[in-house]
Amino acid sequence: MLRYILKRLLIMILTLWIIITLTFVLMTSIPGSPFTSDQTSNETVQQNLEKHYNLDKPKYMQYLLYLKSIVTLDFGPSIKQPNQTVNDLLGRGFPISFELGIVTVIVAVISGITLGVLAALRHNGIIDYLAMGIAVLGISIPNFILATLLIQKLAVDWEIFPVATWASPMHMVLPVLALATGPMAIIARLTRSTMLEVLTQDYIKMARAKGLAPWKIIIKHALRNALMPVITIMGTLLAGILTGTFVIEQIFAIPGMGKYFVESINHRDYPVIMGTTVFYSAFLIIMLFLVDIAYGFVDPRIKVTKKEGE
Amino acid sequence: MKSNQHPHHIAAKEQIHDDWFRWREKDKSEQEQVSRPSLSYWKDAWRRLRKNKLAMLGLVFLIVLIIMAIFGPILSPYEVNKGVLSDQYQAPSSEHWFGTDSHGRDVFTRTWYGARISLFVGFMAALIDVTIGIVWGGISGYKGGRTDNIMMRIIEILYGLPYLLVVILLLVVLGPSLSTIIVALTVTGWVGMARIVRGQVMQIKNYEYVLASKSFGTKTSRIIRRNLLPNTMGPIIVQMTLTVPSAIFAEAFLSFIGLGIQAPYASWGVMANDSLGAILSGNWWTLFFPAFFISFTMFAFNVLGDGLQDALDPKLRK
Amino acid sequence: MEKILEVQDLHVRFTTYGGTVQAVRGVDFHIHKGETLAIVGESGCGKSVTSNAIMRLIPNPPGKITKGKVLFKGQDLTKLTEKKMRSIRGVDISMIFQDPMTALNPTLTIGTQLVEGLKQHRKVSDSIAMKKALEMMQLVGIPNPEERMKQYPHQFSGGMRQRIVIAIALICEPELLIADEPTTALDVTIQAQILELFEKIQEVTGVSIILITHDLGVVAKIADRIAVMYAGKIIETGTKREIFYQPQHPYTQGLLNSVPRLDTKGKLQPINGTPPDLFSPPLGCPFTSRCPLAMEVCNKVYPDSTRLSDSHAVDCWLQDERAKKLLATMVTNKR
Ligand SMILES: Nc1ncnc2c1ncn2[C@@H]1O[C@H](COP(=O)(O)OP(=O)(O)O)[C@@H](O)[C@H]1O
Ligand code: SF4
Ligand SMILES: [Mg+2]
Repeated sequence: MLRYILKRLLIMILTLWIIITLTFVLMTSIPGSPFTSDQTSNETVQQNLEKHYNLDKPKYMQYLLYLKSIVTLDFGPSIKQPNQTVNDLLGRGFPISFELGIVTVIVAVISGITLGVLAALRHNGIIDYLAMGIAVLGISIPNFILATLLIQKLAVDWEIFPVATWASPMHMVLPVLALATGPMAIIARLTRSTMLEVLTQDYIKMARAKGLAPWKIIIKHALRNALMPVITIMGTLLAGILTGTFVIEQIFAIPGMGKYFVESINHRDYPVIMGTTVFYSAFLIIMLFLVDIAYGFVDPRIKVTKKEGE
Repeated sequence: MKSNQHPHHIAAKEQIHDDWFRWREKDKSEQEQVSRPSLSYWKDAWRRLRKNKLAMLGLVFLIVLIIMAIFGPILSPYEVNKGVLSDQYQAPSSEHWFGTDSHGRDVFTRTWYGARISLFVGFMAALIDVTIGIVWGGISGYKGGRTDNIMMRIIEILYGLPYLLVVILLLVVLGPSLSTIIVALTVTGWVGMARIVRGQVMQIKNYEYVLASKSFGTKTSRIIRRNLLPNTMGPIIVQMTLTVPSAIFAEAFLSFIGLGIQAPYASWGVMANDSLGAILSGNWWTLFFPAFFISFTMFAFNVLGDGLQDALDPKLRK
Repeated sequence: MEKILEVQDLHVRFTTYGGTVQAVRGVDFHIHKGETLAIVGESGCGKSVTSNAIMRLIPNPPGKITKGKVLFKGQDLTKLTEKKMRSIRGVDISMIFQDPMTALNPTLTIGTQLVEGLKQHRKVSDSIAMKKALEMMQLVGIPNPEERMKQYPHQFSGGMRQRIVIAIALICEPELLIADEPTTALDVTIQAQILELFEKIQEVTGVSIILITHDLGVVAKIADRIAVMYAGKIIETGTKREIFYQPQHPYTQGLLNSVPRLDTKGKLQPINGTPPDLFSPPLGCPFTSRCPLAMEVCNKVYPDSTRLSDSHAVDCWLQDERAKKLLATMVTNKR
């Protein structure tokens, strides 16, 4: 287990380093430097930029100091918003995005697993077809289209939910729905197919031959094994949900980090783009690492190293 | 065949004639029946795929879409990017089948034009993914050992990179255009394909080894051609059917955050993004058609991919 | 002797997309207390389906017991409610599966899987359950049982896993143990050890064993009686002696000729051809197309069972007087 964690840790650090270096290389290779005055008219901003990115120093020093600033969680200033740093934006926007993301993850995981398990237990029954119908639609309809549909129908036409912004739990419903449907569909399909496979395994037959009650077989023997693949795709799903917040926050006018990020892209506010990308990448990579570790704890083949009996 | 299932058809004891007690001639037809003709792999897969109604629906839709993407813009009397401002926001009619947008441009024409872009992005991304994937996965799987180890570590690290964030970063720097979008999408996209190809190559190698060691001789190439190649092609084809829609989705997503394909091109994502405000004012068609086609194309590829997976899976072969 | 289990005219069908598979087509056999009955036959002849049918573990859909009785101590299991059946599974009748690598749940410890059945059926305390589990581990020959109870299946070798599976099956002290190809997936040396274990267990607990196998070699060692199965039917039954020394059915003879034995030196003859398709099994004897002594009648009508002794019965037209005449002429012609 320790070996496994160390290996994952090493990969995580390497990936982090690559993404940080990549942002640096890409940004400094933009023709006519993104940090020069044609991007901004403001004196103080220019000074802040020069100071943060050490533009007076040689390239390699710039790189090393950039690495250092990131390690110390300093993501630099903004060009378009004077006296604002990326950290300021993150401080304001990230909690909201995080809230949206977490609620989405919880909704997607719970509903996806439930739907998948029900579909598998009623294989080829009405519930199965219904669940898989929902799942195929969920995978096919992009979240931004679903979001506009939901606004049009549930908010504008029927006025059940507020159209936009982030103020009450009612405001949460539509964006979470739009964001969670895709991942829910993926989890439901995966759960169903692994559950179906697990149910044909000998150890399930063996559990039945022991005379165990059906619910006990499903919960104790089937579900646990069926959910392991779901853990492995959590990393990818988290990435999808996170990037999904960019468009969803824009559509619902939610003042989260995603909205700031898209604005910075539209304004070509390079330092913000750079800082946010690094921050979000680091966030995701660390999440991925945690998911891997969690998997290690669930799978005894990783948790306990093999000892031969004979 | 039916009568076999009813035991009362079996003759009663009295009906058994003495002259039935003679040695039986083996007839040829019986023995041939024993070895059932094995359908070729592809025919078999196609037969199974055809039974899958959803997958066939997807396939037909995609074929129609491709035909319309090629001929649609030619058939239409309108130009993609030239609109008549006085014709702004016309509802669908016999003149403008899908209506017109905020610039008075014909949505029907733009939809097929968008199909070109979306399909081009999707197929190019899939093609490049497969090419890189086959080279990388092929070398990694074939060489094995240290080379494989290093190549796989690289893949593992790339796999951890947040795909869309890297794409966004690349597009911000390179500037969005058709070719940069495709490049950006494939920079990390090939990783999944390489993994699959590697797995398949290792399997082939294994079989080759087993066969060679058992000195099957001439049969080896036949077995590889008849059984192995099709079996290894299956997962690659399925992966491709999943790459195309994810690239189409990515393109639409990028349009939404302002990194989409720029005029004079009109992708579905750009069209949808442009008309976001329009639906609130009741001009639903400007969003409906691009949204419908994005969704239905994704749907078609997904069900076709599922169908292919079932049809090509050698485990299910009987 | 008391018959602990009696199967009468058992029929099992599977309804699939390709048609109806008649997997078991009228099987009769019984097993006495403390006896070992072997069911032998080529792969696909319906052995597993038969044993699953006894346990009522046929997946439904697609499978169904369409006819017949399974009498366990006089009680017809096919008529029981699912709940009542659960109280019999693992308690009165236990089952062991072919592949020990897949029969254990990889995410649960051996200890958990061992005591699970005991806790379900006999409401015992944890400490008593543990004690019983340790006892079973010792009985099946697993060293350091205390320590090994806390381990996971992947930490055991194939042979050790099969021993654990046997321990699990025996923990509630069943009267009947059905072992479906328990040694097929194991190395030859380990096969022998497991067979010895079966003998020892029978000695200690007096359990009746139905041993299912496609390998007559396995049977030779531990079976008391043998039932030979072909295409969903039992075509010959007898004591071990009767089957090995006076086999009457050409298929049984073919099986014996394809097994290496000490008395028939050299010449191993596999049976040519393949069993019939169970989607549309033939009206007559299913062995007709492969039988070296097939007659016209064989293809037309299924032969009745002929009793040769109290224990020996065979389904073959060669037992008919008219066939015996025909055979006699063949022998004289040859001379
Ligand atoms: N779940 C099932 N669905 C359809 N056919 C089945 C199923 N299980 C078994 N069969 C069929 O029943 C027949 C007997 O199988 P089985 O009892 O497993 O043979 P074996 O003697 O090797 O144990 C086979 O022809 C098999 O195809
Ligand atoms: S009944 Fe006929 S075909 Fe069947 S085994 Fe006997 S002789 Fe052979
Ligand atoms: Mg079997």
